[in-house]
This record gives sequence, C-alpha cells and structure tokens, in this order.
Amino acid sequence: MAEASYPPELLYHPEHDWARVEGEVATFGITWHAQDALGEIVFVETPAVGTQLSANEAYTEVESVKAVSDVFAPLTGEVIETNAQLAAKPELINEDPYGEGWLVKVRIADASEAGGLLNRDAYVATLDE
Amino acid sequence: MTETAMQRDRAATIFEKGKPGRRAFTPPAVDVPERPLDELIPRALRRKQPARLPELSEPEIVRHYVKLSRRNFDLDTGFYPLGSCTMKHNPRLHERVAGLAGHARLHPHQDPARAQGALALMWNLERALAEIAGLPHVSLQPSAGSHGELAGVLLTRAYHADRGEQRRTVLTPDTAHGTNPATVTMAGYEVVKVGTNADGGVDLDDLRAKADAQTACLMLTNPNTLGLFDPNIEEIVRIVHEAGATAYYDGANLNAIMGISRPGDMGFDIVHFNLHKSFTQPHGGGGPGSGPIAVSATLAPFLPQPVIVRHGGEESNGSHREFDLDFDRPKSIGRLRGFQGNYGCFVRAYAYICSLGATGLRDASEIAVLNANYLLARLRQLGVTELLPPAYDRICMHEFALSGAPMKRELGIRTLDLAKRLLDHGYHPPTVYFPLLVEEALLVEPTETETKETLDAFAQAIAEILSEARADPEIARGAPYTTPVRRLDEAGAAKQPVLRQAL
Repeated sequence: MAEASYPPELLYHPEHDWARVEGEVATFGITWHAQDALGEIVFVETPAVGTQLSANEAYTEVESVKAVSDVFAPLTGEVIETNAQLAAKPELINEDPYGEGWLVKVRIADASEAGGLLNRDAYVATLDE
Repeated sequence: MTETAMQRDRAATIFEKGKPGRRAFTPPAVDVPERPLDELIPRALRRKQPARLPELSEPEIVRHYVKLSRRNFDLDTGFYPLGSCTMKHNPRLHERVAGLAGHARLHPHQDPARAQGALALMWNLERALAEIAGLPHVSLQPSAGSHGELAGVLLTRAYHADRGEQRRTVLTPDTAHGTNPATVTMAGYEVVKVGTNADGGVDLDDLRAKADAQTACLMLTNPNTLGLFDPNIEEIVRIVHEAGATAYYDGANLNAIMGISRPGDMGFDIVHFNLHKSFTQPHGGGGPGSGPIAVSATLAPFLPQPVIVRHGGEESNGSHREFDLDFDRPKSIGRLRGFQGNYGCFVRAYAYICSLGATGLRDASEIAVLNANYLLARLRQLGVTELLPPAYDRICMHEFALSGAPMKRELGIRTLDLAKRLLDHGYHPPTVYFPLLVEEALLVEPTETETKETLDAFAQAIAEILSEARADPEIARGAPYTTPVRRLDEAGAAKQPVLRQAL
C-alpha cells in the first residue's frame, strides 16, 4: 500500500476526492485518506462516457471489505474517459490513488468552479480536526 | 505457530463427503398397491435425472453438522458484544414453549377456525407491542428489521398517494444503518442524508434545510447507532410533521428504551421492532427473524393484509370463532410474505413479554444501559479509552462507539486487528467499522444478560491486547491463532471467489 501523500498540484474536495485540472479536462480520483479509511477496495464501477457529473454530487461508489462509499464529483462536467483497468484491478486505487488509480476524466463545464476547491494544505488541515 | 487439529481439518461441504448409494434411511416395503408414477405426476413435470442430493449415512450427517456447529462462535459459548445486534441470552423457557406440538406442528394452511390459540397469541402479542410502542395498530408480517422498514416506507407511499400527493425523498441521518438507504431505494424514493451535530445527534439546522414538500418520510434510529438518545427528538418530529412527512422510528435499538420511553409518545407514526433482538430469539445465522411494525390510526388502513381481528359470538353453525383473518382491506399495501410471519418468533417474544411483564422489560432496558455505561467506565479506568476514545463522550445508552484512530496511529494496529485478537481471548468481537462516520469504529453492546465478571474480564482482555501490541504489534496483525480458520483474505474472497460446490 502506498505511503500517505497529498500532491500539491491537485485540488481537493472535502469529501476526500481530488481533481487534476489540465486545461478544459480534469481527472478525478479519491485521496490517500479515503482509500486508507476504506481499506482494500474490491469493486468499483465507473460511469459511462458521456455521463454528466454535477459538482458535490455522488457519481459512483467504491466498495471495500468494510463498506460501500459514495464518490463525489469535485467539479461539474461530462465524462470523456474512464479508467478501464479498475474493473479487473480495483486495488490500483489503494496502490496508486493519484496515478494508476484515477477514476474518470471529465470535460469541465465551468472552470471557475475550481476556485471553490481546497488546496493541499487546506485539505490536510480538515483531516487533523 | 503449529496448526490446531481443527485448522488442519479442511472444511468440506456435505456434497463432497457423500458416496453414491449411501443412505441414512431405508423406507419399509410398500404395503399398499403400487400405482404407476405417470398417474400421480405427469411425465412432463418430472425430472429427467434424479436431483443431485448428498448421499450419506446418518452418523456422517450427524458428525458433519456437529462439526460445523463447533466451527461457529455462538452466544451459548461466549460473550458476544456485537454492537447494534443485541445478542442477549435466549431463555430456555422460550424454546420449551415454542417446541410444544400445538405451536411447532401447527400447519400454516390450518383453517383459522382450528388455529384459534395461535391467532389469540398473535393478537395478544400485537396488543403488547402496541403498548410498548405507544402506537395502536400492529402487523406481525414483516420478517426482519429491514422488511419492517420496507413495510413502513410502503405505508408512507400509500398514505401520500391516498392524499393525492407524490413525494420524492426520504431523510436519513448519516449515522443510519445501511438498511435504511437500501429500503428507501427499494421503495422508489431518493435518500437525502442529514448530518450529525457535535453531540452525536441530528443536526437540526441541516434537517430544517432539507425537510420540504418533497420529503415523504424521516427514518430515524433512537437511540442512534452511536448509542446516543437524541435530546431533540420532539423537535425533530415536529419539523418532519410540519413538512407533511411521516416519522419512521427504526426500532433496532429498542433494547435501550423498553418501558421507559415510547416512539408513539415521541410523535412517531411508524415503528418497527426486531423481535429477534429486543425480545430474544436465537439469531445471527440469517434467520428466521421477525420485524413487526406498529403504526398510528392514520396509517392503519394501509397495513399489510390479512389483519388479525377479534369478534365475539357464535357462528350460525354453532362453532365459536373469536379470532379471524380479515382480507377485506381495500387500502392495504397487500401481503408482504406467505402465511402469517415467523410464528416461532412470535411465541418466543410473547413468552418473553409474559415472563418479564412491564416492570421486567423496563428492568431489562435499564440494566442494558447500566452494563454499557459500566463497561465504558471500566475501559476508561484501565486506560483503554486513551487509545480507543468514545466517539462522542456522553452517557451512552445500551451501546457505545469507540474510535480506534489513536490506537492505529500510536500502536500501528487497526480496529480489525484488535477484533481478530479478541477471538483468541474467547470473545466475539464488537461490530467494527460501523457507524461509518467514526474512524476505525468499534461498536460495543454488552446487553443486560451479562455479569459484572464477564464485563470486567472483557475490558481486561482489551487492555492486555493493547499492551501486547505496544510491545509487538505483529501479534495482533497476525491474529487470530486459535480459531478454526486463521485470518481470511476478505478482499480476495470478494474479488475472486472460489466456488467449490456448484449446485
């Protein structure tokens, strides 16, 4: 399992999701804290390409040996690609939550929404509460 | 660590043990004229090949099931403080009563005229449950807590439809049992989660913001899954009723309040009981359970049918038929299951209520609460709560939630490791990783039927596991060592199940 980390270049949602914004496209995933709290992930079903996601709303679920948890969209947009590897290897989320364990790529609807997300330090501060 | 005999003994299914031609029973020779099978069962309806049934001798069958039972951890062997499950002792008197031929051998198709005793028992049980709930009308049909929830939400849907309203959402606190959102979805509603305040109760501002004209119902467990009684309960119900929604009381934690406070008096419209928890039944193996509901007069027309009715007088043929099944319920949500419910559970619950009486039920709840608070105080005294602090530090009800987060940080063992190590001490672990809002949660419910000595020994075992882990965390990480199977690969079992016996 990966060591605790929160890359500074990502934006964070308080429900333990991250977004990597590159121009009009953003990649979403769950944070190290989220996968650590869930434990070994055994199932994840990504939404179909073309699905419209709304910021702050659940767009999928991840299932671990402990629980099934909602995954929240940090930003609004349309799914343009999903991580096909996860169906066979959901443990990638545990092993590499910010890399191989990404969930979806989204064409962002409103770039200004990113201003409402947390930077690394602000997100990490929520974990220490 | 050497393997124990039971660990070496690979568990086999009963199918794997059979040999073709072995029999446990030989029928006697036919002493009536034999008739061709075609006359009795049409050829088209018969199997082409015989069913693949296990073929074993009687001693093999006996050994198989006795061995399986020894692989199981049960309440009759040891302390079972599984939070939210109310694993209290099942009095042997109840088994004696449930085993009486008039109960155990009663056929579910029996004509109500010849099952008057059973109907009387069910009718009396309904009245007792109505008294305990503070709500006048009861249906015994639902056969699990979750089934009672479904009944309650379907009643809510029928009630709104009857008023010409269509509502969309059901509110549940984020501490709710997982069955609540599952029920809501199954009944065709959307779940809206309500937050928890700093004291572990419902966040009233969040509730006010979310209760609106789309709200069909609030489903609430009180005391909640943190073991805390919500002091704002009347205000919560008032907010929900002002929005025109029904208030549903999940009775999962009724063991804390029997004879002390009543959901009906708090203002709730619907409550479900778990007879298998609060009113003693052997449970935990998947059933049978029983989840009756009690409702207000407003919701009574929608109750599942048939309804047990009592009427005096003699029938025209001179037979006396005091109790009957009423199918003429035009607004009913219909049947929820075949026959009348799990009757054996009714007998045991009724025996429990009659044995204890009103004051006895109150005593049971008071001692359940006392035992939980005693155990928490004992854990505090032993220093355990420094590593496993209560999630919300208040006087608890019948159970309490601890957080293993400091233990994980300081000792490097998780709640799961502690739970597995407890098995080596001869205890069934408490509930782990629930409620979800508590990090590394451990939910402990000792129940009223445990002695002070048992509670002391359990607290001591947790303290010992923590001090052992401080010296060597690997011991807990590798536990259990003494159980019929060692640590299981739960993720592997979910991702790549190995099915040995295809049916």
